[in-house]
Formats: sequence, C-alpha cells, structure tokens
Amino acid sequence: MDVLEKTDSIQAEMLRHFEEKIERGDAIEPRDKMPDAYRKHLIRQMSQHAHSEVIGMQPEGNWITRAPSLRAKQILLAKIQDEGGHGLYLYSAAETLGVSREELIGQLHSGKAKYSNIFNYPALTWADIGAIGWLVDGAAIVNQVSLQRTSYGPYSRAMVRICKEESFHQRQGYEIMSKMMQGTKDQQEMAQDAMNRWWWPSLMMFGPHDSESPHTGDAVKWKIKRHSNDELRQKFIDKTVQQAEVIGLTIPDAELKWNEAKGHYDHGPIDWNEFYRVIGGNGPCNRQRMEHHKRVHAEGAWVREAAEAYRLRKEKELLHL
Amino acid sequence: MATDSQLAIWEVFMQAKPGANYIHAGSVHASDKKMALQNARDTYTRRGEGTSIWVVPSDAIVASNPDDNDMLFDPANDKVYRHPTFYVMPEGAKAI
Repeated sequence: MDVLEKTDSIQAEMLRHFEEKIERGDAIEPRDKMPDAYRKHLIRQMSQHAHSEVIGMQPEGNWITRAPSLRAKQILLAKIQDEGGHGLYLYSAAETLGVSREELIGQLHSGKAKYSNIFNYPALTWADIGAIGWLVDGAAIVNQVSLQRTSYGPYSRAMVRICKEESFHQRQGYEIMSKMMQGTKDQQEMAQDAMNRWWWPSLMMFGPHDSESPHTGDAVKWKIKRHSNDELRQKFIDKTVQQAEVIGLTIPDAELKWNEAKGHYDHGPIDWNEFYRVIGGNGPCNRQRMEHHKRVHAEGAWVREAAEAYRLRKEKELLHL
Repeated sequence: MATDSQLAIWEVFMQAKPGANYIHAGSVHASDKKMALQNARDTYTRRGEGTSIWVVPSDAIVASNPDDNDMLFDPANDKVYRHPTFYVMPEGAKAI
C-alpha cells in the first residue's frame, strides 16, 4: 500500500466509525472525529442560525419606542433580549467546532454567511410585531423543536434551551393579533395586512422544496436535519390555519384547502423567484440590516478595547505587588 | 483598523439548586473574571435556571481524547468482586 492508499483507508475507516455512531443515535461531541463535510455543514447552519437570532432583533427593535403600552414595551424588550441570548447560545455552540467569534462575525459582514431571509422584510406597523411573533417565531419553533434531536451535542443542547424560551414569543405575537382582531375595523385591517405580508415569507423560512434543496442529502444521513424542509413547512401550515380561523384572519392563499386523504392542508405555489431575489441581496431591508450590524459592531469596538486594556493593567499591577 | 478582539472564551457551569452538581451550560466571552461572571449570569440564568455559577477560562480545561475511551472507560467488569452481589452472606444476617 502506498501512502495515499493508506490515508484513504484511514479516512474510510474514520467515516465508517462516525456513521456507525450516528446510526446508533449517539451524539457527536466537539472532540470526536468527524468528516470535514459534517463540520462545514454545521458551521454554516449554526452560524446562519446565530446570525438570524441577532439580525432578527432589528425589525422588532424598531418598535420598542413606539410600543402602544408599557405592558407591550416590557414584553417586547424581554423578547428581544431573549433573541440576543439565543444568538449567544448558538455562537457558543458553533465555536466548539473550532471557528472563532471573530471569524463568524467576519463571515456575516463579508456576506459569506447568511441569516434568515425573513429579516430582510420591514416591520411596518404594530401588527407586524404580532405577525413576527406568531408566524415567524412559530415557524422557527417548528424547525427548532425538530433540531433538538440533531446529532451534534452542543447544537442540540442549545436548541433545548432555546425551545424552552421560545413559546412565550409565539404566544405574545398571537395575543397581539387576537387583540387587534377584536378592535376597530382599522385595527382588523392592519392585522390582516400584516398577515398578508408575512405569510408567504414565513413559509419560505423552511427553505426550498425537498426536490430543490442542495444541502439535504448528507444533512439527513448524518442526522443534522431530522425532518425535511417540506415536512416542517407542512407541520407549520397545519397548526397555523386553525389559529388564524379562531381569531378571524384569512390566510392569503386561495388554493389553501384541507386534504382529507392526506390529513394535511394543500397550499398554493410559493414564489421562489421572490425568495431567491431576497436571498440574493435585493429584499427590502438587506442593505439596512447589514449596515446597521456593521456600524454597531464598529461603534462598540472601543468597549472591547477598553476591557482588554483594563485587564492588562490589572495583570501588571498584580505582578508588581 | 486594529484587529478586532471578541475577548477570551470562558466555560460556564451552573448549579440548578443548592446541593446539585454543577453542569456545563455553555460559554461566554469576557476580558476578566468579573465580566465572565456577569455575562454568564446575563446569558444563562435569566429565568431562575441557577443558584450558583462557576466560570473557567476555556483554555484551562483539559479534556480526554475520545480515541482513548476504550482504555479510560473500560468498566473492568472482570473485577466481579467490586459488586456487592459477589459476596455470600451468612444465612439469617439482617440489614447488610
């Protein structure tokens, strides 16, 4: 056997061992051997997830100073604080794969790493805050509940923690929508308008159809993903339709109807051209979101520098004593 | 522009209630002990998840290598005399 053949056989043995572990349902931990493709997939998915939590604070933060009551303001502040925390859990988990926070933020700023497309839409009215909590967090929960059983230990543990906190987010959003639907005609129209704008982007959050999804193959085999995009989207639709009916909102899809044979709702076609247009950087708020993140990051640099300078001074003082 | 630093990584361990084991919760970034403790509190115990926190610089943690698992964690089942059922107790002995 020459050297190359030997390396190949070691690689094959490593992969076999790894896949047996996955097959048994064992979690993969940071120091375990794992295929490069597994590590890469996780870094891409987890960092995108972390960036989404953090960028997602922007459309909601836009409404803190204009929340209609002190109660609403307190709730919104607490929710946005949670999102920041979720971002930190996920960055922390991603860092166990050997990528640094500096690199992760650099990839966000260079455009190499993405965040959820949904946050490239603006929160135009107070009803949008309701729709974001109910629909966007509702869709995120369906995905995150599934990811609690993902094969990478630190990711799975972060998901468990996040899911515990997430259900308040969805309920506060639904409460806003429900209250508006009990209000004046203008308020009802505002709620329906938010529904009309957020419904389709929420369905797009689950990503392309399974037949079109470029990352699904290995991710399913290696149990990073436990359910396919279409399965998760269907689950979200099935539970949301009834919630809309209860408060009198109409789902903006003329083709939506219950399919008795399947036991699921059928829905109309999703406009994937819009999806790819927004992912490609041409959504309503892409530039604004990135500029804001870069600006705040740069403006906060002095805090990190001061903290480091303070630590160095303290260390010196200790040495001289 | 100076190289950006996101500060050092600290591992966070949390005790859920007095008397319980400290369990790893995740990590935070901080420049010193005090900031690490504060950030751990803000990040990991916003809903009463803990009554006590440890923070440890990540690079101070030494971890075993998964390749050594067979050797390190061999249950040594051949040493049957380490189990209480190995011993024959005299007929009639109580509370042993």
